[in-house]
Amino acid sequence: MKRLLVVTIVALLLSSAGVLYAEEQGLSNPPEVAPAEQQAAQPATGEPETTAAEVQTNADFVWTLVAAFLVFFMQAGFAMVEAGFTRAKNTVNILMKNLMDMSMGAIAYWAVGFAIMFGVTKTGWFGTTGFFLSDFAQDKDPWTLAFWMFQVVFAATAATIVSGAMAERTRFVAYLAYSVVISGLIYPVFGSWAWGSLYKGNGWLEGLGFIDFAGSTVVHSVGGWAALAGAIVIGPRLGKYANGKVKAIPGHNIALGALGVFILWFGWYGFNPGSTTAATKDIALIAVNTTLAAAGGAVGAMMMAWIMFKKPEATMTLNGALAGLVGITAGCANVLPGSAVLIGIIAGIIVVLSVVFIDQVLKIDDPVGAISVHGVCGAWGTFAAGLFNAEGVTMKILGVQLIGIVAAFLWVFPTAFILFKLIKATIGLRVSAEEELEGLDVEEHGIEAYPDFQIHPSAKGLKL
Amino acid sequence: MKKIEAIIKPFKLDEVKDELHALGVQGMTVTEVKGFGRQKGHVEVYRGAEYEVTFVPKVKLEIVVPDDMAEKVIGKILESAKTGKIGDGKIFVTPVGEAYRIRTGEKGETAL
Repeated sequence: MKRLLVVTIVALLLSSAGVLYAEEQGLSNPPEVAPAEQQAAQPATGEPETTAAEVQTNADFVWTLVAAFLVFFMQAGFAMVEAGFTRAKNTVNILMKNLMDMSMGAIAYWAVGFAIMFGVTKTGWFGTTGFFLSDFAQDKDPWTLAFWMFQVVFAATAATIVSGAMAERTRFVAYLAYSVVISGLIYPVFGSWAWGSLYKGNGWLEGLGFIDFAGSTVVHSVGGWAALAGAIVIGPRLGKYANGKVKAIPGHNIALGALGVFILWFGWYGFNPGSTTAATKDIALIAVNTTLAAAGGAVGAMMMAWIMFKKPEATMTLNGALAGLVGITAGCANVLPGSAVLIGIIAGIIVVLSVVFIDQVLKIDDPVGAISVHGVCGAWGTFAAGLFNAEGVTMKILGVQLIGIVAAFLWVFPTAFILFKLIKATIGLRVSAEEELEGLDVEEHGIEAYPDFQIHPSAKGLKL
Repeated sequence: MKKIEAIIKPFKLDEVKDELHALGVQGMTVTEVKGFGRQKGHVEVYRGAEYEVTFVPKVKLEIVVPDDMAEKVIGKILESAKTGKIGDGKIFVTPVGEAYRIRTGEKGETAL
């Protein structure tokens, strides 16, 4: 038996070595043969040579789409961070929310959102053409599709930020309703102000010279301020602020949370460098800035947590890496690497202070720190994009950045607040106290994430 | 016969088991348990906010031995489970009325 095993292994090794050798041969062959064949074939068919411009166009398509796929993968990152930082009894619910805000959101963005964000506009406040991707039906231009693909994953990113802040207590159907409205309306309207001219639109904010290359404000602050509105309207989780004391509710799987952060960091290489939507050499600087800011964010948050809590607290440090990434998103193409380090470190410091402030002073319950990471650090990053502008900073630049930051808050917070109030008054925003204690998995979805383990919810100090 | 219940620190389990095995103890039952003593657990910090860990994880050993072995077994546990720090655990000793081996139906000390 043993001998048979050894023989099989040896045979497998030999055959795989053979395949590798064949592949090497195969790789070295085409460049020798193919050009000769092309040259021979072209005069006969009379086909024009592929121009450099066409090659560039193809490269632009490939890079934009690959970047879109990377950004899509950030959905997995969000799902893991949020699942890991919350309790085991709500894991199925978190995963379903992350799956469905992408899915409902993509359809809403296809039907309505893209038209509002990038359609032709007379006012500069919202677009009015291109519903249901009708631009492609007219012009048959594949770039419309590639561009839409890149934009839809950004819309999904803005939408999914809210899920973590409202985790462990929101009715599933209420969340579905919310995700349609943010992807179809709230996000696209603000997006049209800042990015409309990337396609057929023309927003008032970009007209002023607003710098937000990949969306510190457009995506992250929009998601963050919607998260703030949601967390306020729904109120804290049961037991979070019982008897006037702030109680920690530890997440159930820090390993998943950390995996989520690594996935998000990786996906950010699509988010920021992909926002060139062109295969250019600028990608290198953007990628370096993205890396350095994330690293700076982790370092800044770790140091801050170490000073404040006497320990290099892991979940805060993980938030710090994300804070650095959010911070560099606006300025990743117009600041120097040294500035990126600073932007990241400051974002990391801000995120720790902000989490503690929101949690313990404002007493707004945000289980994963989404408001601080995306809302607050998005605002910081947008300001920093002006402050550290490599071509110099003027009061005008800073003023416009501030206008953008304030405009995002003034548009998103009230509309999201009204939306959540409306949902609360109609279909109901929050699950019952019993369901919250029992866990949303069983009541909302009928299954448990970990059926082989006992999960003991505590109702200590609660009046039911 | 005596039943010795020892609640010890989980990382001491292997050491205690080896010592008791060397002493001639034939078997034991081990359970993962949680509890607190005079310390009432401890406080941990998560994202800047404190929370109480009242029930600290421990391991409970249950060993039934003939009367003449009990003192030696207890002595070994006291020795091998000790770190000298708070939370080393407790030992409880109770008399056992009868013991049976299910497979053969033997009873008394031969069933141990």
